[in-house]
Amino acid sequence: MESQKLVISPAPHVHGSNDTRRMMGDVLIALLPALVVSVLVYGLQAFVVVAFSVACCVLVEWFVQKFIFKRPSTLGDLSAIVTGVLLGFNLPANMPLGLIAIGAVVAIGVAKMTYGGLGKNLFNPALVARVFLLVAFPVAMTTFPEATGAVSGATPLALAKESLKAGVPVGEVMQSVDLASMSLGMKSGSLGEISVVALLIGFGWLLVRRVISWHIPVCVLGTMALFSSITWLCAPEEYMSPLFHLLSGGAVLGAVYMATDYVTSPMTKKGMVVYGVGIGLITMLIRLWGPYPEGMSFAILIMNSVVPLIDKYIRPRRFGSVKSK
Amino acid sequence: MKTFPIGGIHPSDCKEYSKGAKIERFPVPATVTIPLSQHIGAPAVACVAKGDKVLVGQIIATAGGFVSSNIHSSVSGTVVAVEPKADAQGNMKPSITIAVEGDEWAEGIDRTDTVVKAINMSPKEIVDKIAAMGIVGMGGATFPTHVKLSVPDGKKAECLIINAVECEPYLTADYRVMLEQGERLLIGARILAKAIGVDKIYIGIENNKPDAIAHLTKLAGAYLEIEIVPLKMRYPQGGEKQLIAAVTGREVPSGKLPIDVGAVVQNVGTALAVYEAVAKNKPLIERVVTVTGSTLASPKNLLVRIGTPMSALVEYSGGIDGIGKVIAGGPMMGRAVSNLDAPVTKGTSGVLLMPTQESLRKAEGSCIRCAKCVEACPMGLEPYLLSALTQQNDYDQLEAHYIADCIECGCCTFSCPSYLPLLDWVRIGKAEVMKRMRERSQKK
Amino acid sequence: MGSLITTVLVVSGLGALLALLLYLIAKKFNVEEDPRIDQVEKMLPGANCGGCGFAGCRGMSEALVKRDDISSLYCPVGGAECMKSVASFLGKAAPEREPMVAVVRCAGSCANRPKTNQFDGAKSCLVASSLYAGETGCSFGCLGLGDCAAKCEFDALHINPETGLPEVDEEKCTACGACVKACPKMIIELRKKAPKGRKIYVSCVNKAKGAVARKACKVACIGCGKCAKVCPFEAITVENNLAYIDFTKCKMCRKCVVECPMGAIVEFGFPPRKVVEEPQSAKTE
Repeated sequence: MESQKLVISPAPHVHGSNDTRRMMGDVLIALLPALVVSVLVYGLQAFVVVAFSVACCVLVEWFVQKFIFKRPSTLGDLSAIVTGVLLGFNLPANMPLGLIAIGAVVAIGVAKMTYGGLGKNLFNPALVARVFLLVAFPVAMTTFPEATGAVSGATPLALAKESLKAGVPVGEVMQSVDLASMSLGMKSGSLGEISVVALLIGFGWLLVRRVISWHIPVCVLGTMALFSSITWLCAPEEYMSPLFHLLSGGAVLGAVYMATDYVTSPMTKKGMVVYGVGIGLITMLIRLWGPYPEGMSFAILIMNSVVPLIDKYIRPRRFGSVKSK
Repeated sequence: MKTFPIGGIHPSDCKEYSKGAKIERFPVPATVTIPLSQHIGAPAVACVAKGDKVLVGQIIATAGGFVSSNIHSSVSGTVVAVEPKADAQGNMKPSITIAVEGDEWAEGIDRTDTVVKAINMSPKEIVDKIAAMGIVGMGGATFPTHVKLSVPDGKKAECLIINAVECEPYLTADYRVMLEQGERLLIGARILAKAIGVDKIYIGIENNKPDAIAHLTKLAGAYLEIEIVPLKMRYPQGGEKQLIAAVTGREVPSGKLPIDVGAVVQNVGTALAVYEAVAKNKPLIERVVTVTGSTLASPKNLLVRIGTPMSALVEYSGGIDGIGKVIAGGPMMGRAVSNLDAPVTKGTSGVLLMPTQESLRKAEGSCIRCAKCVEACPMGLEPYLLSALTQQNDYDQLEAHYIADCIECGCCTFSCPSYLPLLDWVRIGKAEVMKRMRERSQKK
Repeated sequence: MGSLITTVLVVSGLGALLALLLYLIAKKFNVEEDPRIDQVEKMLPGANCGGCGFAGCRGMSEALVKRDDISSLYCPVGGAECMKSVASFLGKAAPEREPMVAVVRCAGSCANRPKTNQFDGAKSCLVASSLYAGETGCSFGCLGLGDCAAKCEFDALHINPETGLPEVDEEKCTACGACVKACPKMIIELRKKAPKGRKIYVSCVNKAKGAVARKACKVACIGCGKCAKVCPFEAITVENNLAYIDFTKCKMCRKCVVECPMGAIVEFGFPPRKVVEEPQSAKTE
């Protein structure tokens, strides 16, 4: 009976179906519809941007792990691919490839690996790269190509901001915007943010697969809706409607896919609510009164930095901590 | 449907392998090894010596203190050794080895099948009887039952909860007892209720055992004080604190005992053993053990004499070929066995044989802060943090984060997508913190 | 030009103000401390290993300065030289200790002690030892998962991948005792450092009966007591089936090494014997 060696390990001896690779794979699947829409709207160049961004991110991660960390590669967890897709989604379809490569180095090399790799970074890598590119190459980042059926040039948010600043009343601005086509993807913007419907389909998939919970996306979007409703009701001539805010810019992309990044979001449900509300608030403050038309990226990064604090002070409810009857 | 308030996981229950197998009487082996410490608390003290003849049911070791238990011979024959023997984990533990000769029972044990319904003893007599018969908690924790039944001064038991959850995957021993010995089980529960002076008995059963719920509900119709409570399937519902919360809605506060919320919990197997001890005068010398596994030729539920080597059960159910891991108990909390010659003890609810390809863990990744462990923890702790703090030896912080509340259910490790051995570390940290807390309270 | 001057004025004014504030705060919260503590701390090795019994070198230097009698304080890392210089600086009598070195009392390599099962848990001796007896038939010996090596601040302990056992680099070992505390099996011992790195010790901690120990490991001490009988200095005691050589009594005569039928007593740093007799020859049982 001693011919074969029995395995001895501490309990538990079974494992659930949760798996980093599976969850990251689910995120990729959830991002597919939005990718399809962006290719339909912007053509093949959209696909090239995303593919190149993924390739660069994977390459940078492999390089750092092989030559700097000298650790076995962990590309199998697919996290570099997710970062690559999300980075691509945050870029215009005509982004020069060289700038994408710089973005990938910032995302993986600076925002992720300098902290020690997966799980240790404080800020969302794709967003750090986006903000870096936005600040360093503002023209390339805000010039959007001609798209089939969409208003070319500036994004609806930028358009609205310019017009309102120039004193054009909201009613007139709204005439140039069609909310229905905006939600489908007939608008100008970064690759991934153009189709709210496609993004929401992916959200549904993530919920079904229990990859993420509803807390962060709902709190972000809910806060934005509430905030913009108040301003809109107070002064309908000066502020855009809540629906416009939810459908434009990176609201849904940020709320569903960027803010929910495990590594950079809180560990408890209560913490997620605080974090989500914070992102919604900061986004609206920037959109309405800040210098940029879009504030989602900054809002998420700002709240990323607060996560350690949230985790320190907001603890899960302990069993037995409620006074029993 | 009721369940406990926070956390929990849904492992596949894998009970289909052995749930249809009727309880079989396992033949008496040639030798048995009976450890002196099969319970929580002080080891028993041997009262036989090498060369002594013993009968089935004869006392061979007496309780070594209040929190301890008597031990009886499970066979008749000659004591061949009173010395340390390797236990299932290979550690040497004082044991009594008996060579079997025939099957002669000690006098006074009622071995007939007649069901004795009347209980003519006072509560004190019942508790004394249970202590004398060496009954311990048979769910796996093996806490001496008479201790649990001795309600401390100033506290009052309000209800008895029979733990019929059997939330561990694979195990079906309790389930078979409910189906086959339901009547006796209910009488056992009534005896327990009388011992602690309560007139409310809840029997909590998970809804993956609808036939057991139906069967016991029918039988319980005869007793007004018994209520069958179906529970929504969720692990670890069989955890004492989780079960109390699921059934009564009361949460046992941190560092307190079930009796502080007026509840006493006893396992199905214990209730049956109590019936046999009190009504039939039979000590705890055998128990139902599920021998199961996904690749086993014939998974079984066996009535086994305490002290039977596990290797005999494994052989009987299809052998060790292709088996990579043997687990005493269920897959969530059971312990891996390194020494198959070790005996079945009072706490062995199952012997699970895992095929080689399922035995090894997957390679560890790094924590991605996904919070699945926080979500799964039924005690509302933060396993990722406790695991990290343990590796940093930060025991003050561990205590501040309530590591002592951990029930070691394994939900965290089960749900970690990076295959981190969270509970391996938490267990170490908890043991150290508990030691420090004990030392502190002794100093005071 | 005017704005430039304003800027310079504002910035320097602000700087001065803040400096004043910082100065006042530093003054208010200043803690009077014996300046010698800082100086003594600088003289200590600064490893913060805890080998002296204090949490770090700071605690040690405080004790060194404050206590009149420092004979009970000793920094194993700095050694006699360091203690001498600290003592002369403080004008106290230097504490003296014999130099020690960590010794791993287990020779149960993969070859000597075949594995009977496979451990698959967190890579930690503490986890394994709290779970069960170990991967081999010997429940006393080294688990080989390297808790000691992980705790060593001086890079002096490494698990040899071939034997699966830790090896001490005597050059680097400071006898801080961290590995002794880390080992859940209590295998590592601090023993007196002899000249030329000579060592004789029982490389086994198995307390099982002879037959059991022998079955589990080819080089286990079986507690036969032959070594104790042959020792001219009464340095060897056998307790619980296990021999132990008291290093304060041992004169390194090496008689016990040849006497041991299992080869469980090992010697290091000696010149070869006249009759070549390697410890491995003890295989003949």
